Amino acid sequence: MCLAIPAYIEQLIADNRAIVNISGIRKEISLELVDHVVPGDYVVVHVGFALQKLDPIEAQHTLAMFAEIAVLNNDDATQ
Amino acid sequence: MKYINEFRDGAIAKTIAANIKLEVNPTRRYQLMEFCGGHTHAISRFGIVDLLPSNVHMIHGPGCPVCILPAGRVENAIQLTQIPGLILCSYGDLLRVPTPSGTSLLKAKAQGADIRMVYSVSDAISIAQDNPQHQVVFFALGFETTTPPTAVAIKQAHALGLKNFSVFCNHVLTPSAISHILQSPEVRELGLVSLDGFIGPAHVSVVIGSQPYAYFAEEFQKPVVIAGFEPLDVMQAILMLIRQINTNRSEVENEFTRAVLPAGNIKAQMLVSDVFELRRTFEWRGLGLVPYSALKIKAGYADFDAEQRFQIPVLSIADNKACECGAILRGVKRPQDCKIFGTVCTPENPIGSCMVSSEGACAAHYSYGRFREKDHISPQDK
Ligand code: SF4
Repeated sequence: MCLAIPAYIEQLIADNRAIVNISGIRKEISLELVDHVVPGDYVVVHVGFALQKLDPIEAQHTLAMFAEIAVLNNDDATQ
Repeated sequence: MKYINEFRDGAIAKTIAANIKLEVNPTRRYQLMEFCGGHTHAISRFGIVDLLPSNVHMIHGPGCPVCILPAGRVENAIQLTQIPGLILCSYGDLLRVPTPSGTSLLKAKAQGADIRMVYSVSDAISIAQDNPQHQVVFFALGFETTTPPTAVAIKQAHALGLKNFSVFCNHVLTPSAISHILQSPEVRELGLVSLDGFIGPAHVSVVIGSQPYAYFAEEFQKPVVIAGFEPLDVMQAILMLIRQINTNRSEVENEFTRAVLPAGNIKAQMLVSDVFELRRTFEWRGLGLVPYSALKIKAGYADFDAEQRFQIPVLSIADNKACECGAILRGVKRPQDCKIFGTVCTPENPIGSCMVSSEGACAAHYSYGRFREKDHISPQDK
């Protein structure tokens, strides 16, 4: 029940809820726990609630960090 | 799908694996605990262990909410379903959790109890609205991720003036469980599990932030790296832990910056503190009674507390003798150390709770790791 995946906000609907698309599957979720979500955002969804917006810039930083090739000096290697 | 595919890229996995190989000190062991069931699942499903040098060991922690719920609370829920007219709403995984007496919510349902599987607590509210003549109880469990939704539901029930909705609260807290493992006699005195670092949970940290972990990093001198759920996240977190261990650092680092802020989701935290307060003590399967490790509903919302509305006795029920879930949850044993793993106990017919949910250590190992040739040494044999 803890497995959660990113969801794409397609449309905001009444009662602070939204329709999201999760890998092609549409679902209705609650936005009660997040602020300022708009269509086009990605959110982390858990048991039918958006828990947080995903930050695209931070995601890019993380991907760039993955691709770094380690150098033997450990101090330099730590981001 | 964005945020998934690029975090599962096989070529990049090889780069990270090469970095890990380059940086590990071959003369020492690295024993790393992934606290969270979501990571246990990712590690098994994507075969991450096979990409690690043989001196890097992953130890499964107790972070699967279905696994740590003690049998007594499951029995309490089954007893609730025997109240005429009562509808119990539960997350799906829980239905299959066996009690030592051989029952489960699923069996109670087959015998006629009105038990509804829900995806979200919002569905339980709708069921209460649609069935005003029935008492509807939501069987709430989980770590910091499922607690805010339950808080929203209780406030909603309050606003709607629902008279027939209540919550059987079993919400637990991550930081107290990690401290408890580090302080358990097995870890402190016998030295059976020596842990060198922790992979911090993904979605729990989305809610509570990275700050609450500063305490163990400091108190226990253990590094913590918060990681996302995708395989590359977990691998990078392992690399970051190895770097900390190699340079004798015990810091909290955050690999999951795309979703985890230092202070977490403050709106969710405020809702939780409005509705819930600490319990003095709560029983965890495998860890026993852990002080201040769980939440109960505040007096102001007592009308929605199933423990106030119904007679719910404190039941402490020992697990099935053959089941090693307790030791597995403390990181002392592995699923394959259990004599009935994969024979008597399978996901279709679970004997213990670790075999029920796909995040449980036994279920994850059964589904993905069972036939792996390279089998890592158990944490005890050093
Ligand atoms: S295999 Fe089954 S019985 Fe054995 S420890 Fe795991 S859940 Fe318990």
